[in-house]
Parts: sequence; C-alpha cells; structure tokens
Amino acid sequence: MDLKEIIKQKLDSSFPETKFEYSEYKDEFCVKLDKNFIVPVCNLLKKDSELQFILCEDITAVDWATRKNRFTVVYHIFSLKNKFRLKLKADVDEKDCKIDSVSSVWRAANWQERECYDMYGIIFNNHPDLRRMYMPEEFEYHPLRKDFPLLGIPGSLPLPKK
Amino acid sequence: MEKLTKDDVHPKIVQALLKDTDITIEDALENEMILNMGPQHPATHGVLRVLLRLDGETVIGCVPELGYLHRGYEKMAENMSYYEYIPHTDRLDYISPMANNVAWVLAVEKLAGIEVPPRAQYIRMMVAELARITSHLVAVGAFAMDVGALTVFLWTLREREKVLDIWDILCGARFTNSYTRIGGVANDAQPEALAKVKWFIDQFDDNLTECEKLLNTNRIFIERLENIGIISAEDAIDLGLTGPSLRASGVEFDIRRAMPYLKYNEIDFNIPTYTEGDSLARYFVRVDEMRESVKIIRQVLDKMPQGEVLANNPKKVLPHKTEIYTRMEELIHDFMIVNFGINPPVGEIYHAIEGSKGELGFYLVSKGEGHPWKCKIRSPSFNNLQALPHLVKGHMISDVVAIIGSIDPIMGEADK
Repeated sequence: MDLKEIIKQKLDSSFPETKFEYSEYKDEFCVKLDKNFIVPVCNLLKKDSELQFILCEDITAVDWATRKNRFTVVYHIFSLKNKFRLKLKADVDEKDCKIDSVSSVWRAANWQERECYDMYGIIFNNHPDLRRMYMPEEFEYHPLRKDFPLLGIPGSLPLPKK
Repeated sequence: MEKLTKDDVHPKIVQALLKDTDITIEDALENEMILNMGPQHPATHGVLRVLLRLDGETVIGCVPELGYLHRGYEKMAENMSYYEYIPHTDRLDYISPMANNVAWVLAVEKLAGIEVPPRAQYIRMMVAELARITSHLVAVGAFAMDVGALTVFLWTLREREKVLDIWDILCGARFTNSYTRIGGVANDAQPEALAKVKWFIDQFDDNLTECEKLLNTNRIFIERLENIGIISAEDAIDLGLTGPSLRASGVEFDIRRAMPYLKYNEIDFNIPTYTEGDSLARYFVRVDEMRESVKIIRQVLDKMPQGEVLANNPKKVLPHKTEIYTRMEELIHDFMIVNFGINPPVGEIYHAIEGSKGELGFYLVSKGEGHPWKCKIRSPSFNNLQALPHLVKGHMISDVVAIIGSIDPIMGEADK
C-alpha cells in the first residue's frame, strides 16, 4: 500500500475525535491538523514501526498577516526507513498564540522552536528552555512578523553608551 | 578544607559574575566555574559563543549562544525578488557558496515549475561537488589546526586555492560566486574551465593522500580525537544531525541518495559511513567524501552533454545580457522579470540538497507575487550545533575545541 494511504489510515483510526486535512502539492504530502493534537500525532508518527518519522528536519511558522488564524506552524519530518518527507501544519491564532512543544518527541525541536518563538512570538507550551535564539533577550519585537518593518525599529536595539 | 558556598561570597560579586549570561546558576562558586568561550575565539570558527560550566577542567554543562552574525536573511528574502536573492545565498555558508546557489535555484525552480536543460544540471552537480571538496578541505585543515597541526591547514588551503581558480575562470569570482541562475547557470562552462577541473581531480588524490599522511600517522592528532565527543546513531538522529556528522555515527543518510535531485540517480558513488561516532570518525568521513566527490566529478565530466545552459522559458528565465541590448522581446522580458519578478504560482515547497555540512533546505511560500511570502532556511550548521552540549559533556576544555572543529559549524549559515 502507498505510504500516504497508510499515514491517512493510521491517523484517522487513531484520532477519530479530530479531522485531518490531507493535501499534496508538487509531490509533497501535507497533513493539516488541530493544534491541540500535535504532540500525540507526532508521537504516533515517530514511534509507529511502519512509519518511523525519526528525523525532525525543520520547524517554522508562516505569518499570513490578515487571515483569521494568523499563523501556521509548519513541521517537516523525515522517515529514514521509507525515505519520505512529511509536512505537518497547525494553525495558531494571534489571540491564543500558543502551541504545545514537540521537543519531548524530538530533541532537535528544541532550538527550532526557540527560533520560531524568537521570530514570530509563538509560545511553545512545556518547552524546556524557551529563550530567544538570535535576538537579545530584552528585544521586544518579533522580527519575522509581517508588521515588523524591514528597516527595523529605531531604538529597539540599544547601542552601548559613548 | 572547608567548602566555599554561595552565601559566603558577597552577593555583589556573584551578581557581577552572572551579569553577562542568560543562564541561571544555582550554586555558582561551589566547585564549579563558568567559562565564557567566544564569540571572538579562534577555535569557534566565527562568532559562536559557548558558555561552559566547569568542574575543575571537566565540562559539566554547555550553553551555546547564537545570533552574533544574525543578518535577517529570511526577512530580506521576503522583500526581494527570487533573482535578487541569489547573491545573498553566497553569504550563508561562505565556505561553499556554490552549493548554496544550487540549493536556492533548485527550490525556486521547483516552486515555479521550471525545467532545466541537462547540461546545466551537470554543471551544477560539478560545482556542488567542487564546493563540497573546498568545504571539507577547510574543515579538515582548520580542524587539524585547532588541535595543533598547523601544516595541514596550509596544504589543504593550497588545494582549495586551485578550486577557487577554477571558479574564477567559470564565473569571474573566486569567493562569492552567484554562478547559478533560475533556469540554468550564468554562463556555459568554458573548455578551459573543464580542462582545469580535469587537471584538478587528476592531481587531487595524491595531494589529499599527502595531507592524510600528516594526520593519520600523527599520534597527537589521533589521540586527541579518538573517543572524543561520541554520539550514538539514535542520539544523532534525535538531535537533528545531518551530513558527515550523522554518517560518522553509522547512519547511511545522504539526500543525494535518499531523495535524488539534479542527476544524482545516474551517478555511481558510495556513501562513506563510520560507526564510531567520535571526532576522529567525523574527520575520516570528510576525507572519504572528498574522494567520492572526485569520483562524481569524473563521471559528470564524462557524461556532460552539449547544449543550452539556460531554460527556454522567457517569462521566468532572465535572458542573456547580450540579447537584451539588441532584441526587443528580450528587453521587455528582462524589464518585467527585474521589476516585477517571476511570480511563481500560489503554493509552498520545501527542497533540500545534501550541502557540505548536511541537509540544506529552503522552505518557500509563494502568494503568486514577485517576491516570496516566506523563506525559511533549514541550515545544517544550526541544527548540528544543537548537538554540541551533548557532545562536550564530560570532556576537558581542550576537547571542546576539537569537538567544535569536528562538527564544522559555519556561523554565517547558523545565524542566517
């Protein structure tokens, strides 16, 4: 059976209480899910002996600026056994800008989520060490949000005194 | 001897000691010391800052701090066209700019659906492998220098210089190449450039063996690296390691094989793996990979067909400069592409290549505009550095230098 069908079947049968949206674009298989289910779904995808998505390649977010659910958190995970890359997506609203951390599933997610928090201001619940990755800790803004200007905000990064 | 506790020391002193760090320390002065390494430290390969918690000379905790070279390349990508971004990819992994160029254009071509002529694909493979050789040469040389063997660095850089000369002929620039274009490469590989590549790979093997002899029979080098910074295959995957560092732990994962791009499925090559997972194994993998790259380049030169190097897709592919000045159509297309961009259809893609340090991927989201709505760089150095606290735990301070060298981080890429 096709791996995509197996993933569909496993997810649908293990989580009957939620609905998954499946899509495919340019040979990239994508699963869209409710953000409350991200940790159990990731656990299943990693630990299932047939799937084994053991490598977490990347975690990032997209800021849609004007959409109702402003952010989408995007996960790219890879199965070394099947040589298959899967994209997971979960919408996050600006008012409740939180999603559960998957760093308990893959340790690699630790820094990737920190970077995402730094750039977009999305809080990852239960993250062991949620600090900024690149910007200084006292920086107030999240630079990759669409309302942050390209030139930066004057005075937001204090310079050393003369 | 009585032990000194935190309460015995004046709180002002404790505060001054902890002022410049973000980490909290429960018992700062009990037996432990905090050592700040970097960001200006010759062994951290750029501006990596590592905070070490030491018990005597043993590292018991490590916190890497990134961001000293953060230039906001992801933000900049959202505000410029796909073409304009090519020179910026040079500045990511500045030791192998060609590989970054290739990764970027492959991602854009996947997004925009552009077919690339075979000759251009072979040229791209050739430059990507040459980039891997230069990167590993610098990695091995700097690595040896970090642990005290200076001569190798001079010898490997001599070899790298030859590749830079090839790039000079090929695209006019030695360092920041910007050689690839969306839909092909900037100009065809000239016969003299190909001849020079041929000459280079013919003499390279002997010279590499010479460098290797300096290290493989060097007791100091071997003893400083053997069993230092061991990481098991499970831990390496879990921590997101890719590239040579992962293959040194015995995982045969190479994107050129796992998800072939360009024409790698037509090429015969091995994926060198070692099972030890220590710093020495990471060095061996790099040396073996250079030999495999030479093998790939030899096949690429044999198989390279004649023909065009730019796709025939006038709405998306920039015409050659000489045609712009003489032909109306091309002038219009040039104007449209430069001013409004190539407008890929609405969608999002992730494309990764096996870069010199590991998996180099670009995640692009297009809203049908001339510039990307979102660009995320999945940089191997960033993810490989995450394993550093795990690797250095329990080792001596001097081993930290060797371990950083063995995972070969490039801060331009890690900090974006």
